[in-house]
Order: sequence, then structure tokens, then C-alpha cells
Amino acid sequence: MAEITLKNVGKTYAGGVTAVSEVNLEIRDGEFIVLVGPSGCGKSTLLRMVAGLEEISTGEVAIGARVVNKIEPSERDIAMVFQNYALYPHMTVRENMAYGLKNRKTPKGEIEARVAEAARMLELNAYLDRKPRALSGGQRQRVAMGRAIVRQPEAFLFDEPLSNLDAKLRVSMRGEIRKLQRRLGTTALYVTHDQLEAMTLADRLVVLNGGRVEQVGTPLEVYHRPATTFVAAFIGSPAMNLLDAHVVGGRVILEGHDMGPAQAPDGPVTLGIRAEELQSAPRGLPVKLDYVEELGASRILHVAAGGQYLAFVQSPEIAIPEQIYLTVRPQALHLFDTATGARIGQVPAPVAEPVP
Amino acid sequence: MTHSPSSISRPLPVPPPLSARARLAKWWRGEATAPAKRVQFDRPLTPWVFLLPQLAVVVIFFYWPSVQAVTSSFYLEDPFGFSATFVGLDNYTDALSSGEYLSTATFTAGFALVVTALSLGLGLLLAVKADKVIRGASIYKTVLISVYAIAPPVAALIGMMLFDMHIGPFTQLAGLFGYDLKVGVNYWDTAFAMTLIAVWKQIPYNFIFFLSGLQSVPVSVREAALIDARTGWARFKDVILPLLAPTAFFLLIINITYALFDTFAIIDVIVKDKPANNPMTLVYKIYLDGFKGNDIGGSSAQSVILMVIVAALTVVQFRFLERRVHYG
Ligand SMILES: Nc1ncnc2c1ncn2[C@@H]1O[C@H](COP(=O)(O)OP(=O)(O)O)[C@@H](O)[C@H]1O
Ligand SMILES: [Mg+2]
Repeated sequence: MAEITLKNVGKTYAGGVTAVSEVNLEIRDGEFIVLVGPSGCGKSTLLRMVAGLEEISTGEVAIGARVVNKIEPSERDIAMVFQNYALYPHMTVRENMAYGLKNRKTPKGEIEARVAEAARMLELNAYLDRKPRALSGGQRQRVAMGRAIVRQPEAFLFDEPLSNLDAKLRVSMRGEIRKLQRRLGTTALYVTHDQLEAMTLADRLVVLNGGRVEQVGTPLEVYHRPATTFVAAFIGSPAMNLLDAHVVGGRVILEGHDMGPAQAPDGPVTLGIRAEELQSAPRGLPVKLDYVEELGASRILHVAAGGQYLAFVQSPEIAIPEQIYLTVRPQALHLFDTATGARIGQVPAPVAEPVP
Repeated sequence: MTHSPSSISRPLPVPPPLSARARLAKWWRGEATAPAKRVQFDRPLTPWVFLLPQLAVVVIFFYWPSVQAVTSSFYLEDPFGFSATFVGLDNYTDALSSGEYLSTATFTAGFALVVTALSLGLGLLLAVKADKVIRGASIYKTVLISVYAIAPPVAALIGMMLFDMHIGPFTQLAGLFGYDLKVGVNYWDTAFAMTLIAVWKQIPYNFIFFLSGLQSVPVSVREAALIDARTGWARFKDVILPLLAPTAFFLLIINITYALFDTFAIIDVIVKDKPANNPMTLVYKIYLDGFKGNDIGGSSAQSVILMVIVAALTVVQFRFLERRVHYG
């Protein structure tokens, strides 16, 4: 177990593509960090630089006290779980798990004990003598996890390990990964493009965009106080409504309607409001119904305010009113700079942050 | 379900027996075969029509000559082919007790072993080196395999030029080290040149198969090995090589066949019209005895012996080696 420190880390591929630039990150011992962002934003590249599978172009990566830039992957004391599991097809489940330990001259009895323990934790006992091709996707995923666990490394690295599983299995494996990591207390760096997976797994999220860090924070921090419009739109489902508005004399004006107070200088702003925060009321912002998405437990109403579209969530028990007026708590108004997309002002976080 | 007991107790209707003609017609329409097995063709003869050219080739060029060889191996034919006398197993005992035959057989075994080992080994070595450089670049593969497109006699001619007793660069090179290389005259010098040319000719073929085998090892499996194993040798031995085993097994059979049979043209160019006692393979001796020596019976007996050896070899390979090979 160890902390991982990234200092000004950047990666430019041979072809001239800059995949990652100026990433600074301090991962605490035992922390579960999720790198999240859209496809192609450099998450895998960053993870693979920590693993040693990709050369580090600029900056420094340290695992524990050791700078690992020039250290071979096998000597970095990390274990990685790949998206397609990367099991050795000619080895049995047992051999797959034992292989890394064998190469580290671990005594035989110790290897057997660790494999048995991992097999017990992952419920793989019945499959130890099977080859990977005789396993289902979910079982292969467990073997890949087992291969990482038995190593007892300083850190686990996961590159979208659940994205090849069906939706139901993904949810249950997600829970298991979280529980295992908590139990073992091993530092974990986890890559996903799925914001829900990121929110549920992470102690802290790192939102990446175009190879740069947009925001680092706990899931609730990132959710309630997105640092940029990119984060606001990426985290949360349905996505946060981002609307063109104006600040006039300390009030936010949207389509000619006063939405509430704003601690910002006069001028155009991007107004962000989560769909969950909007409520229909007898008076407020008048909107026209566009269409309705029924989700069972809730319902998403897509409406138009002037020329702008927004979504809001309503309980299915409430009838859809003839004429809709929307209101929002002043704390739920997010203001962003129209040009840079950066957050304006200190809207207080409405919910206490969890203890890490 | 209420009506089922009565329908069970009633005897099943027995279909009336079909006439032979009706059955034939049914078979022709494809109704005779079980529906599950009848996958694509509505007429059962159609697949045979497609198979016919291949079957014809096999029958005309393999079964028929094999039967001919077995038959004539029991006869002593006069040199002009006018008459043949049944001599039983004499041709076999003659061959097997001849010192010349046995030494050719020994040479053939050694030759096959060395050619197979060297061309597999060097092909693999080159493929591993090339794989590091050209991951994914198929243009190189095309360039490299073009070496294989040289026909065996041409390869042998080029080889012989290099080994020419007067102007051959290899002969001169050996001369620099004080060795008088006499290919075509000295038995072992000839054997050396023969082996070298045969190996040289076969390396590109092995190279290309090993290279595509290497390139089909998934990148992530290699990367997993990079994390799990600490040395390149451990990764190669434990992960890459086992995944190459099916390719290697296939190549082993191809290479043994090559060394035994396809080196004929190379040997022909090297030893043809050469005076001395030169090394040759069993196949070349069969040709020499049969067509140059006009001993059809003896040469047929030798072919039958070779057939038996190759059949035994194939069985051994499949029984003992294939089992150890992992087919992913
Ligand atoms: N080997 C490579 N050579 C050149 N460019 C690459 C290579 N691998 C990835 N890239 C580029 O780097 C960027 C980030 O890729 P990646 O880290 O795989 O993204 P993510 O995992 O977030 O989807 C992409 O634009 C991708 O095209
Ligand atoms: Mg990726």
C-alpha cells in the first residue's frame, strides 16, 4: 500500500498527439481514485503511465517514495486489471493467478495460500482448474481481479474493467470491487467513462477533459460544486441544464425571468441548474412542455423556456400541470463564465462532505 | 392434456414400405437425411460435385501411384519394361540390406533433423526480432515473404553460384580461413552446402508464419505478462511460446515434409552430373534408382518403405505432440 504522486505528468505520442498534459495529483494511501471522462480524453494513457506500459513524456510519477519513471512495470509493485481481462489463455485459473507470484520467487506454500484465499473471496473455487475459455465473462473478470489480489501490490490499476459485462453484472461487480478494495485497503486507480460507476466507486473523482484535469474532488463535491461547465454537463444524469442567462444588479435573469440572487458582476453568464433541483410551482419561470420520459420511479419532463430547452425531474405521482412554472432554490443556481466555462463565485455546498 | 391418454394408447400409424425407386427419389430430393444434418444443400449430390476436382487430384496423383508402387515393388522388371517377374519381398530385403540404402537413410534422417531445427529456429528468431520492430506493419511481411517466392531450383542455382568451386564467394570465404571447400566432390562439403541452401530457402516461410503467430498474441496479454514476469525470457518462454505452439506444430510437420520431399529440386541441382559419392535424400535415391538406374521394382520398394516411415512419423507427431499443444 502506498500513495501515488503525479507531478506535471504529460504524454505526447510519437505521432505528435498530446494525450495528457500537466496532470498533478496526490493519491493518498488506501484511497480509491476514479479517473473519469469521455472516450479519448487520456484516461487510459494516464493509467498506463503509472503502470509503466507507456513511457512518461514529461513530469514525474512516484509510487510510495520511489520515482518510477524509469522502472519496469514488473518492478513497480502494481497490479492491473484490463478491460478485456488479458488472461493467459493457455493457463488454468490457478496458474493465471499464481504466475505473477511465481516470477517473484514467492514460496510455493505461500502462493497456494494466497490463491486459495483469493479464490474464496471471489467464489472461484469451482473453476480453479479451468482454462479461461471455459469461463463466462463475469468469471473471467473475477479471475482478472484474483490475479491482481494475490499479488498484494502497492496499488491496483483498473482500466474500464467492467465495460465488457452486461448491465446487471456490472452493478454487482461494481459493489464487489468497492468492498474488496475497502477490505484490503489497497490504493486503487480506476478508469471509467461511466460517470455513474465513477460516482459510486470513488473516494475522489478526477474528471479529465482533453488530457487535462478539470476537477478533483469527492463525488458529492463534484456533483454539487462542478468547477466547470464540462464537469457540470458530464457528471450527473440527466445532465445539468446549462442555459444562457444574464446577471443584472445581483439577480440572475433567464429569458426575462428573475431566477434568484447571484454573487456576480453584471453581464452574460451560463446558468447551471440540475434537473432534480427544478420544481413546478404556481408561479415562476413559465415553460412549454416538449416531451416526457417515463422512468418508472421518476419522470423527466423536457420543456422549453423561450428558445432554450431544459429538463426537470418530477415524481410520477404528480399530474403534469397544464401550464408549468418552474422555481429553484437559490443555493441550486450554478453560475459559469460564458467564455471560459469556469465556475463563478462561491455557491455554498448544500450537503456536508463525507469523511474520507 | 385431457385427450392425451387416448392418443397414447392408440397404436402409432406405420408408414407403408417404400419402393426402392421411391426411396431413391426421396434421397435425391434430400429428404432421407435428418433435417438437422442437412444444412445447406437440397440435393445430396451437390457437395460431391464440389469435391470432385479435389478427389480426382487425390486419386490420380496419390492413391493410384501408391497402388502402382506397392504392386511393382513385388516385381522385377526388365530394364526395357517388356516383362516383369514376381519376386515377392526380394526388392525389400535387397534395399534394407544394402549399405548404400542405409547410409542414405541415415543421411536423410540427419538432414531432415538439421534442416527442420535450423529453419524453425532461425525463422522464429528472425520473427521475434522483426515483431519487436514492425508490430502491425504488414508491408514488411509482404516484402519478406517474397523471398519464399523463389522456386527451389532457382534457389539451388543461386546457392550453387555462391558455392562454385572456382568463383563462389562462399568457397573463397572458406579459402580465407584456409579451408578448401569442394561442393559436389567432398561428401561433407556437399552435405553442408545442401543443408545451408535448404535452410535458407525455408526460413522465410517459417518466418512469416511465426511472425503472424506473434502478431496475433493480444497486446493486453503481452502487457499483463510485462507486469507479471520480470525478464523478457520468462515472458517469451511462459506466455509467447505456448501461444505460438499451434503454429510451431503446424510448421514442424511442414518442415519435415519439406526436408524429406521438397528439397528434391535443390539436391538435383547440386548433385546432378557430379561424379563422386554425394549425399542425397531417400526421395532422390528413389528417383535415381528408378529413372536413372531403371530399377523400377527396387525403387518402388523404397517408396513403399518411405511411405510407411512418413505415415508412422505423422501418427507419432499427432499422438504425442499435438496433445501438448494449446489450441486457444
Ligand atoms: N499508441 C498511441 N499512439 C498515438 N496516439 C494514441 C495512442 N494511444 C492513444 N492515443 C491517443 O491519445 C488520446 C487518449 O487516448 P486514451 O488514453 O486511450 O483515451 P481514453 O482511455 O480516455 O479513451 C486519444 O486521442 C488517442 O487517439
Ligand atoms: Mg481507455
